[in-house]
Amino acid sequence: MKNSKHLFSLRRAPDKQGHFGIYGGRYVSETLMPALIELEKAYGEVRRDPSFRREFRHYLHEYAGRETPLYLAERLTQRLGGARIYLKREDLCHTGAHKINNTLGQALLARRMGKRRIIAETGAGQHGVATATVAARFGLVCEIFMGKEDVERQALNVFRMKLLGAKVRVVESGSQTLKDAMNEALRDWVTYVRTTYYLIGSVAGPHPYPMMVRDFQSVIGREARRQLLAREGRLPDYLVACVGGGSNSMGLFYPFLKDKGVKMVGVEAAGLGLRSGRHAASILGGKVGVLHGSKSYLLQDRLGQIRHTHSIAAGLDYPGVGPELSYLRDRGRVRFVSATDREAADALQMLAEVEGIIPALESAHAVAAVVRLAPRLRRNQAIVVNLSGRGDKDMSTVGEYLGVKL
Amino acid sequence: MNRIDEKFSALRGQGEKALIPFVTAGDPDLDTTFEVLRVLERSGADLIELGVPFSDPMADGPTIQRASERALQKGTSLPRILRMVREFRRHSEIPLILFGYYNPFFRYGLSHFTKEATEAGIDGILCVDLPPEESGELKAWTDARGLDIIFLLAPTSDVGRIRLVARQGRGFVYYVSVTGVTGARNRFEDRLHTQVARVRRYTSLPVGVGFGISTPGQAAWIASFADAAVVGSALIEVMERASNKREKVSRAGQFVARLKRAMNRVGKKAIGSRH
Repeated sequence: MKNSKHLFSLRRAPDKQGHFGIYGGRYVSETLMPALIELEKAYGEVRRDPSFRREFRHYLHEYAGRETPLYLAERLTQRLGGARIYLKREDLCHTGAHKINNTLGQALLARRMGKRRIIAETGAGQHGVATATVAARFGLVCEIFMGKEDVERQALNVFRMKLLGAKVRVVESGSQTLKDAMNEALRDWVTYVRTTYYLIGSVAGPHPYPMMVRDFQSVIGREARRQLLAREGRLPDYLVACVGGGSNSMGLFYPFLKDKGVKMVGVEAAGLGLRSGRHAASILGGKVGVLHGSKSYLLQDRLGQIRHTHSIAAGLDYPGVGPELSYLRDRGRVRFVSATDREAADALQMLAEVEGIIPALESAHAVAAVVRLAPRLRRNQAIVVNLSGRGDKDMSTVGEYLGVKL
Repeated sequence: MNRIDEKFSALRGQGEKALIPFVTAGDPDLDTTFEVLRVLERSGADLIELGVPFSDPMADGPTIQRASERALQKGTSLPRILRMVREFRRHSEIPLILFGYYNPFFRYGLSHFTKEATEAGIDGILCVDLPPEESGELKAWTDARGLDIIFLLAPTSDVGRIRLVARQGRGFVYYVSVTGVTGARNRFEDRLHTQVARVRRYTSLPVGVGFGISTPGQAAWIASFADAAVVGSALIEVMERASNKREKVSRAGQFVARLKRAMNRVGKKAIGSRH
């Protein structure tokens, strides 16, 4: 991070073919290539269109409830006895997570492209709910692909999606989690590509999705930056966010990439521990490979077969990670750490007890990293942690984990 | 001239169209695949596509998904497949195409993979999730080793993309008959023959059609306007219905013989109508 020219160059990625350094790209079957090129073109147009930006801002404000607070967690700060901890309260967004930022943006785009049917994959169900929500709002037909294992552990979100008028397609192939839901969504898209819009929920998948989802989620970082500057007259020392596919982390990090003094920490799911082999830490435990349309770090065996993953947080239970995060890690801009199931559950309880906020299990991974980081910093330093979602959906999982019958 | 070019040129001379059966390597095990390859050749296959199983076959329908799962459960891997091919090559000169997803090839190391594939007797590589835009690295190696890199075109491909594949592709062009995943179908787009004719305007490579072809009648219809018909899922389903390995092999042979007979009936008639 020696010179600012280097930092500015980070913000220019991806290139025209969607490459972030060696990562990203478009590794899809030929049938989908024209659709991706069409999408890239349509997005390129709305990105510069003031009327689209106005419309997007309007719905973020009036419908999703932005801006979200940047909340100084005083009691947590006292408890940990180090840097001041700010929570970016994405859990207060409509539908309970940051996912709505992206689904609003893409639904508006789908509408402009004249697509009447929307499909999406979901793990924890948050992206599925956020997609079903915007589909209801804009009168679009909606089908959500969800792995059978996730359907079972996220029953509440399945019911929400159905209430919102979406059809939930249970995926029984492979590991029956997020990656298989994405396989099935891609199979549907390749079949109905002429009429269907595939609304990807993470900064993963083929170009232009990683770039587009990042852009739509960047409202998180832009707000946080402005809010902390207004409050403290300075930028944070650390940004911390959990990383599954990576949409909440890229949304927070991207507007700060050129700010030299701001360190960034991505927190991956260590599941039962990185050495157990039962985790979902793609960057810390994976190797470069190609899945779901892009090149990135990937949990796989020696022969290139994708490994089954595990995390207590369904939204992190994915063997890949967004290509831009792989790139930022190689360039040394984002540092990656991990938190286990146990650490995440402990962090969830701590935040509930000292701040009266129950985070999603995904976001609890970021809080767990802050629990380790904050005491090592000085009191005049500041950490912004992305509280990407609320924990209501996880109550049965957490209850079971703690041995409590609900 | 490699085996693929030679085969297409020989068939053209005889007024025949190519039948290209697809089987997933290692389904249900590699010994059986070895026997299946031999019987396919004896029964009239002109080229063979050998599927390399992948854990996440996004472009495939349920049949090939099941075949891939069975193969992976048996520990089928790229090195073992190439070992089997090497053995098969001692008995046969039929053109062999590896058909798979990019990641297993990529992880193997493209230099290493293309070298071993060539030495084993593979003639072409088709990566279903590798469009020309991303194929630079693999193509540099396949060109260097004399392997054909085969690309797909689809009903959604515009003229720009047809030109791109015509420029970059080798061996033949694989035209995907329908928008969708692999698997048997009852209906095709009526305009399929005009779509194939459109592809021909931009390339002198042979054009094969695949995805969904499951009956002798459909294969014969494809043969009336395309240079090759690829039959995958239907063949796998024929083998699935057999109760033991010997029966799988013999039924695969019978099915392919029926396909080839039907294609030959129209193929010979259609010769000369190409240009």
